[in-house]
Amino acid sequence: MPRLLPRVAPADAQPPLEFSGRRQRTVHPWAWWGWALSASGAVSLTTNPLVVGLICLAMVVVVLRRRTDTPWARSLKVYLVLAAFIIAMRLLFQIAIGGSRSGTVLFTLPSITLPAWAAGITLGGAVTVDGLGLALFEALRLAAMLLCVGAANSLANPRTALKSVPAALRDISTAVVIALALVPQLIASVGRVRRGQRLRGGTRKGLRAFSGTLIPVLEDAVEGSLQLAASMEARGYGRTRRSQHTRRGVWQLLGALVAIILGSYVLLAVPARTGGPLGIALATWYAVALIAVGAVLAAWGLWAAGSQMGATRYRPAPWGAPEYLTLACGLAAFAAVSWLVSSSPAVMNPRTTPLSWPVLPPLALLPFALLLVPGFATPRPRKRS
Amino acid sequence: MIEFDHVTITQPGSDRPVLTDVTGTIAESDLCVVIGRTGTGKSTLLGTINASVPATSGASMAGRVVVSGVDVTRRRPREVADLVGYVGQNPLAGFVTDIVEDEVAYGMEQLGLSPVTMRKRVEETLDLMGIAELRNRPLVQLSGGQQQRVAIASVLAAQPRVLILDEPTSALDPTAAQDVLSAITTLVYDVGLSVVLVEHRLERVMHFADSVIWLPGDGRAVFGPTDEILGEADIAPPLAQLSRVLGWPRVSTSVRDARRKVAAEGPHVTLPDLPEGPTAWHAEGLTTVAEARDLTVRYGDLVAVKADLELQAGTVVALMGRNGSGKSSLLWALQGAVASTGTLAISGKDPRVVSDAEARAVISLVPQTPSDLLYLPTVGEELAQADRESKAPAGTTRAILGRLGADLPDDRNPRDLSEGQRLALVLAIQLAARPSVVCLDEPTRGLDYQMKLELALIIRQLADEGACVVVSTHDVEFAAQATERCIVLADGDIVADGPTRTVCCASPAFSPQVAKVFYPHDVLTVDEVAEALLLRSTPDDQARLP
Repeated sequence: MPRLLPRVAPADAQPPLEFSGRRQRTVHPWAWWGWALSASGAVSLTTNPLVVGLICLAMVVVVLRRRTDTPWARSLKVYLVLAAFIIAMRLLFQIAIGGSRSGTVLFTLPSITLPAWAAGITLGGAVTVDGLGLALFEALRLAAMLLCVGAANSLANPRTALKSVPAALRDISTAVVIALALVPQLIASVGRVRRGQRLRGGTRKGLRAFSGTLIPVLEDAVEGSLQLAASMEARGYGRTRRSQHTRRGVWQLLGALVAIILGSYVLLAVPARTGGPLGIALATWYAVALIAVGAVLAAWGLWAAGSQMGATRYRPAPWGAPEYLTLACGLAAFAAVSWLVSSSPAVMNPRTTPLSWPVLPPLALLPFALLLVPGFATPRPRKRS
Repeated sequence: MIEFDHVTITQPGSDRPVLTDVTGTIAESDLCVVIGRTGTGKSTLLGTINASVPATSGASMAGRVVVSGVDVTRRRPREVADLVGYVGQNPLAGFVTDIVEDEVAYGMEQLGLSPVTMRKRVEETLDLMGIAELRNRPLVQLSGGQQQRVAIASVLAAQPRVLILDEPTSALDPTAAQDVLSAITTLVYDVGLSVVLVEHRLERVMHFADSVIWLPGDGRAVFGPTDEILGEADIAPPLAQLSRVLGWPRVSTSVRDARRKVAAEGPHVTLPDLPEGPTAWHAEGLTTVAEARDLTVRYGDLVAVKADLELQAGTVVALMGRNGSGKSSLLWALQGAVASTGTLAISGKDPRVVSDAEARAVISLVPQTPSDLLYLPTVGEELAQADRESKAPAGTTRAILGRLGADLPDDRNPRDLSEGQRLALVLAIQLAARPSVVCLDEPTRGLDYQMKLELALIIRQLADEGACVVVSTHDVEFAAQATERCIVLADGDIVADGPTRTVCCASPAFSPQVAKVFYPHDVLTVDEVAEALLLRSTPDDQARLP
């Protein structure tokens, strides 16, 4: 039979029109944070500008390849500007106030003698290559650490990060989400009330006018909180918590706190002498062991406390191969840099008195390559054209 | 389904119970509307169903409430969350998360449902409420109607059998309200939920309502079918008033019923009719007090208002239009508090350039949230401050307040006043400056019929004393009752400006219910019908009666 009516729509499968509405597989925000903080830790160990520069390059490449369309993803530029600002300020302070003035003199600024109460500070004076070199290397390291945080900020979805905290911390993350939502409401409320006050003739000025704004805004905020509490209660908030049971996980968490404090103390305050196993001092081994015990106790405590909550999670952010890979790359890069620092300290922290041209050890390409991997091996975020 | 068994509730700090010995039943799958004047305990009665009264209000309660066989008395609202869902007045204030989908899932997370169950239920609920395409949108970006639908979806996801809603549409414009109410009726008719709701604008819901609980204010609660209860209740929406005037034994709950009844039984009386052709606003013989030419308000690139306007002394003007059409912006621009371009002269002064105190003496505005203007601890201090602000002799504002019919004791805290009392207080404060133009931004929100009638009388009185009163409102019935000129805004432009009768009766869609019943006659209020009935004494008319 001939088909009289044309088909309304092609019968074969079509991709959905609305792409932006779909959830997309993105790398877990905590994996990005782990990766970026490892890189930041690696940078903190070295002042070699070439190594630092390579790590920064890796960060920028990964961010450009894996960031999404969201507002926070556009923050990389801000962090780059901030990093440049840090370097410029550090150099400016070195030139103006100076700390190290030894080595080859580039030029000399007129020196100003400060009064006695500011003794110890010299304004102006000789500007040396060594001084500038030292300042530049240190500033580069600080800027690079900031850039690592910036990379994590651009890549990790803060909302998902807040949602993905352990169950025991869900209450806190809920409070943070509510507080963040409240800020724009408070600002709007202040604007509305101030506009309203004008209607009464604006005869009150200064502090009295301030109370006129504050009271209605506070009233708004309190009323809003009560409504929110009523809404949460009506939707079953806290229903699965059995209040008659004692809280679990308290002892584990207290133990974790003590272990981590002791570990940090040993790490920072006990002088490390070389000669332990693997060339690392015995005190350091103790510190690492204490911190590891603390971490395990903390995880146990959080799990125990979380299991008591009984609330479930809708669509938790997935943690799979890309996350393990991202985190592993970050940690491996950190390990590689620490090994490089302990094996060839002179190369990784080049001398600045006298200033020597830094060399790039060939092995330093390894952390660079490792940090780059997540930019290519993780799923690509979908972008609107 | 829901049984009230000798329920008596006393509010904290009160010696007289607000509800006394309430006994009655709401049937399965009913849409039940709780009606009553402000302060008669509607929200309290509603709260007993999900145990938020007395659990969160601190009231003392006797008797018991049983919901589908479960005694909810003296339990926590969270324990009955999977039995009773509660939706409040302001959806935005109750949101816990920031994305639609997460908000819908939140309640289920708290109930500890498995992720698999949650996914399925979230999809079902999104479809049921028609918000599937909004799933990844931030909650703050949604319109009021969409937000309220998300709020309903978020309690439905826990699959309660009863839904209670406390004035779900009071903050919405008519379109959004319709949107929400149709979603609610879907739940009653298609899903079979029992819904109990409090609503001031009864004309919007009474057509759907199966039963009504009327709280007369003396502690009783009268249960019964809608058309019966409305015949005796002190809450009379226009159709109920009409039914009483025409002496019908049962109230017609929909325009359609009333129209059919009028067509069949009469009354055949002479009703007001408009002259043919378009009628614009005629200002002949009136004094112009305010003149705005090309008054434009911009927010960035967006032109919120662009209007030419003249206002005359002694008139009451309604400003209508959907949410975001520029009603508030126009009022604020007239007052001079919002930056605008174009010329503006009110009693010869431009409120944008003169001092705040001077601006207040020519034009005053009562904003949507009147409490923004109140910041002193007692009514007495507020009144005294208003006298000083207006440089009026002491006691002026108090006298105005008395004339508005609200004699509030001096030691009351303004924050403890009811919605209507607070409106009266702020209106008195604003009137103390004797302005020639008075603007009221959405004054009818949260007022019951009696209070609206009183407000209409106050406004009329102000106009008779020579002021021009501009009222922005969504309420066609109020506009019909209280105003003589109606300006309709759409996207910042004035699309209609004429006598209220012309503007409101021009189309059956945008008109008061009485006008719809008597279309094509241009009747605005029930009073006009009553008047026509009185005049029907000539034998000629009598002969035409059925």
